[in-house]
Amino acid sequence: MQPYAKPNLDIAGREACHVESMGHSVAFSDASMERFRHLLTRYPNKQAALLPTLWMAQQEFGWISTEVIEYVSELLELPPSHVYGVVSFYTMYYRKPMGKYHIQLCTNLSCMLMGGSTVLDALQEKLGIGLGETTADGMFSLDEVECLAACEMAPCCQMNDEYHGPLTPESVGRFVDELRARGK
Amino acid sequence: MEIKRLTKNFGNPESWTLAAYEKTGGYQMVKKAFAMDPEAIIELVKQSGLRGRGGAGFPTGMKWGFVPKQSDKPKYLCVNADESEPGTFKDRYLLEHDPHALVEGIIISCWAVGIRYAYIYIRGEFGLPYYRIEAAVKEAYEKGYLGSNLNGKGFDLDVTVHRGAGAYICGEETGLIESLEGKKGQPRLKPPFPAVVGVFGCPTVVNNVETIQSIPWIIEHGAEEYRKAGTEKSPGTKLFSVSGHVKRPGVYEIPLGLPCKTLVHDLCGGIIDGKRQKANIVGGSSVPILTGEEADNVDLDYESLAAAGTMLGSGGMIVMDEDTCMVWALAVLLKFYAHESCGQCTPCREGTGWIRNLVYRLEAGDGKREDLDKLLSITGNMMGTTICVLADAAAMPTESFIKKFRAEFEAHVGAGRCPIRGKSAHFLAHAH
Repeated sequence: MQPYAKPNLDIAGREACHVESMGHSVAFSDASMERFRHLLTRYPNKQAALLPTLWMAQQEFGWISTEVIEYVSELLELPPSHVYGVVSFYTMYYRKPMGKYHIQLCTNLSCMLMGGSTVLDALQEKLGIGLGETTADGMFSLDEVECLAACEMAPCCQMNDEYHGPLTPESVGRFVDELRARGK
Repeated sequence: MEIKRLTKNFGNPESWTLAAYEKTGGYQMVKKAFAMDPEAIIELVKQSGLRGRGGAGFPTGMKWGFVPKQSDKPKYLCVNADESEPGTFKDRYLLEHDPHALVEGIIISCWAVGIRYAYIYIRGEFGLPYYRIEAAVKEAYEKGYLGSNLNGKGFDLDVTVHRGAGAYICGEETGLIESLEGKKGQPRLKPPFPAVVGVFGCPTVVNNVETIQSIPWIIEHGAEEYRKAGTEKSPGTKLFSVSGHVKRPGVYEIPLGLPCKTLVHDLCGGIIDGKRQKANIVGGSSVPILTGEEADNVDLDYESLAAAGTMLGSGGMIVMDEDTCMVWALAVLLKFYAHESCGQCTPCREGTGWIRNLVYRLEAGDGKREDLDKLLSITGNMMGTTICVLADAAAMPTESFIKKFRAEFEAHVGAGRCPIRGKSAHFLAHAH
């Protein structure tokens, strides 16, 4: 068939595979190191601790930079390429800094049936950004997400680790205002 | 109409705490199970007829029976809490409202199968459910329900909550195992089955949250009582998650075999604004769609749904009213499958993208008549040709949408826009 849409450059539709360390060093705090050591006792090998270690790293450093990938690969004695492969496979590890409030709107069927696309339009207009973007003040990032398993509150979104719904174009505007006030 | 077995504690004050759970008889079934022979528990679960509640519906007792009795290696349990099938949210309710029932179910299941380590693989997006189950496991350790020598005869059990990071495919049992091992969640070829070679190369049971949470009830009341709800071949209750155009969406625990009509029109209050039910996806987005008429005449059990050409799946029911465009609905679903294909098998990696783009084009009114047959040709080459069933999960709905609503697809051809919604969603323009 004739290609109708431009194919994604890589399968996950994320950034190309070029990674180059800037040479900045990162390291866990003492408290995180303590948690990391405990984590290792819960698995029979170091590799299995990779996902939870990346979660900890993202909490501490905000996002998974190339330096973080190198640091985690040293901690767990894994090739950086393996860590990079894992980071890029999953959607919740961020390869760029994110806004203080990360709003992810579900655009799967149950939410779309209940007016999800009007909520998405309202959000983009209110924030002045498109999907995959962050506001200039670093306050908000906006993404779409697949089914959050909260279809009874459709249309719904995830804001950091909280779920909110059902949303309307009006309520989502108020929600953004509240967050903006909270964030100041 | 509803039968509250797994949902009985929902709504109790602070139902997620150990104190509240113990007040309603929590953890008593662990004592009863420890007094039973492990083999007898497996036999009891077999007799109950409990089938896996994650989607595949495989008999639980039989799955446990595949695990070698004698093993040099430790045995593992992976609880599949990676609830991601579109339209499904029952495990989230179980984890939020009654996490200790899951811990109790884990203890009993591990005692029955001789399992030393259990992991609860929970989807990364879950915030509250994650905190609740983490807290429950911590409380259970502090109270001595988990850890070493639990029965006074040397039975040790450690439970760890393991958080995923956003990937539908990790709900597939071997994808889950790969992910737990710290890799990309790309499913494995079977055989060997996880019961023999699972996580860390050891015998492993992978069970859904709802399945494990059914175990304490079966221990308490027995197999015969369990079978008093449901049908001969589909015994017990099932949690249905209902969403879409119904007045009262939510989680309903019903006896298997309940007419779909009763669930949709009575329990859920019928269709919003009294409209007609045009279509119903009864078991999560991956199962073939039913027309409203078909849905109103089918019973919700494994056999009746199979006879109607669909599946019970995860019980994630999505109801659509008369104004819904079926081409648009399929486009929304195919966006999901193309996004979630893990990429290791060509028919799935390429196929999900091709059929998505074809349906996008049809939705925009730019499609050609031959696109319908092309879609069916592609789906035919996707099914059964890949390591896991994600390709089938995208292909089956596609085939059923076209088969049941072909006239609607044809009406889009050359229309320049969606003739039902009067406009196009412009999926292609927003594809990224």
